[in-house]
Amino acid sequence: MKQQDFEERYSPLWARIENYLAGYEKNTIPQTQSSADDSPQQFDLPAAYRDLCQQLAMAKERQYTSYLVTRLNQLVMACHQRVYQQQSVNKNRWLDFIIRGFPCALREQARFVWLACGLFLAPALVMGLGCYWNDALIYAVMSPEQVLQIEAMYDPANRVLGRERGSDSDLLMFGYYIKNNIGIAFRTFASGIVFGLGSIFFLVFNGVFLGAVFGQLTRVGFAVTFYPFVIGHGAFELTAIVFAGAAGLMLGHSLVNPGNISRRAALQQAGRNAMKIMYGTFLMLVIAAFLEAFWSSSTTVSMEVKLAVGALFWLLVISYCVLAGRGTHTDSREVVR
Amino acid sequence: MHPSTARSTDSSTSRSAAETPLDTLYQIETPEGIDLSVQVAGPVPRILAYAVDLLYRTLILVILGIALTFAGKAGVGFWLLGSFILEWFYPVFFEMFRGGQTPGKRAFSLAVVNDNLTPISWGASIMRNLLRFADFLPFGYCAGMISMSASRYFQRLGDYAAGTLVVYRQEEAKPVALPQVPPAPPPKGLKLQDQQAIISLTERSTALSKERQQELAEILEPITGHRGEASIRYLHGVGRWLLGTRQKSATGAAADTRDKGVAQ
Repeated sequence: MKQQDFEERYSPLWARIENYLAGYEKNTIPQTQSSADDSPQQFDLPAAYRDLCQQLAMAKERQYTSYLVTRLNQLVMACHQRVYQQQSVNKNRWLDFIIRGFPCALREQARFVWLACGLFLAPALVMGLGCYWNDALIYAVMSPEQVLQIEAMYDPANRVLGRERGSDSDLLMFGYYIKNNIGIAFRTFASGIVFGLGSIFFLVFNGVFLGAVFGQLTRVGFAVTFYPFVIGHGAFELTAIVFAGAAGLMLGHSLVNPGNISRRAALQQAGRNAMKIMYGTFLMLVIAAFLEAFWSSSTTVSMEVKLAVGALFWLLVISYCVLAGRGTHTDSREVVR
Repeated sequence: MHPSTARSTDSSTSRSAAETPLDTLYQIETPEGIDLSVQVAGPVPRILAYAVDLLYRTLILVILGIALTFAGKAGVGFWLLGSFILEWFYPVFFEMFRGGQTPGKRAFSLAVVNDNLTPISWGASIMRNLLRFADFLPFGYCAGMISMSASRYFQRLGDYAAGTLVVYRQEEAKPVALPQVPPAPPPKGLKLQDQQAIISLTERSTALSKERQQELAEILEPITGHRGEASIRYLHGVGRWLLGTRQKSATGAAADTRDKGVAQ
């Protein structure tokens, strides 16, 4: 068959596919068939796509001109993108992810979570105790100005925590916590791709810094203001940083020890699993920023209430991570994937 | 390059593991047995696209900053929120809702796709943009540049982890106008290669200069016996004949045939 006969025979089909792909609002291709034939209900894209693939194969086999092959290749590609389009996320899937998917993902990767937890808590504990016993140790990680600033923020002699704040500066701090804290979590995760070293660095660094602040403020006797402030949002924030670190360690581990598959494949697999944890981490950090800006800094709530609510938050987060979605384990794996 | 770099990682498609020359062509085989091919984009257009995006982002932040100065401290909060979203999710938004093209990528007709050449998915898009930070390390996208340069398909670290590629969006193939000459039957014994060469010359009649075409056509003078203008006209005629155009009758149905030949 000569090329022109071939084109003549199949161009109505190509035009119909183009029409279908373009959608009617953008339809500029002249209709070669009656428009009734082109209604989307009647048009069977997969069938048309299979025919098109066969025609492209024929065009290549018969060595038709490059213009025709290119055109068909583009049409096949456009069809391919439409036929194999990924399903969009629906609401139920998100709900399911929060109820079961996220805690299940955490438990599946429990060893990374525990490792990240250790990398964060061990330096924090060492530094905390060190700063509590030794009044000079904090200057190893912070400048004297920073120490003074932090001490001033939580001095019980102040009537308010931190600065005098109205609702507008609550909003300011909300923006700041979102940008700063979520940024830290994202960086902790992303730098894990450097064989896990980045995540380890960020976990240890944050652990050291936090431990130092805890130890110092406890030693100088500001615990009464500092602990009620941090306990509430800490339940979400500190756990989220650990989870982000765990996700980063997963990336690093896949490169260090890919197992029986190539490093590239291992990384992609680990990436898909790590993303499940990162979605949850992101939500937790938004909650944390909200609490930190609007609840923890509140001066009208008494210290006892804050401690009680904070303890409740910790209980909530831990029992969520440990218990949520248990018993439906096999189900959730399918849904979340 | 090395066949292992082209090893398939996706269950639905398998990349052809055939030895390919050093080229920016990326090919996959679909389940239908069709090879799809795209051109992957190198570091230079991607850096330029990034620069354009950076400009847009900065512009948005400046405008937002000016607009929010009237809102006091709350305004600063919103600005910080805005800058956070722009920093991490600006590319995600465009990759998901604008066919894999941020404004910068659109300017250079680049697009992000999954490595099985399907439209990029949410997970992959968020992944590759979170890992931007790793690519940025230690400063100014050094890691990303090294990764791209060492990669067979110019993938930065985020692309590796998310399984994505940055490819050129091809321009739509436009039908070529064939020269308006009456088709002429080809001489006997033309091999396939010869036929293709003549067809290709016919198709490129508008792209090549007249003189150059004449020069090429006159190489065949011993066979065709034509010189000058006539030699091109003859070859174009043969080309049209090979493509399938026929003169309906000796008495001027030529106009009809011509229209048919070109209008495809």
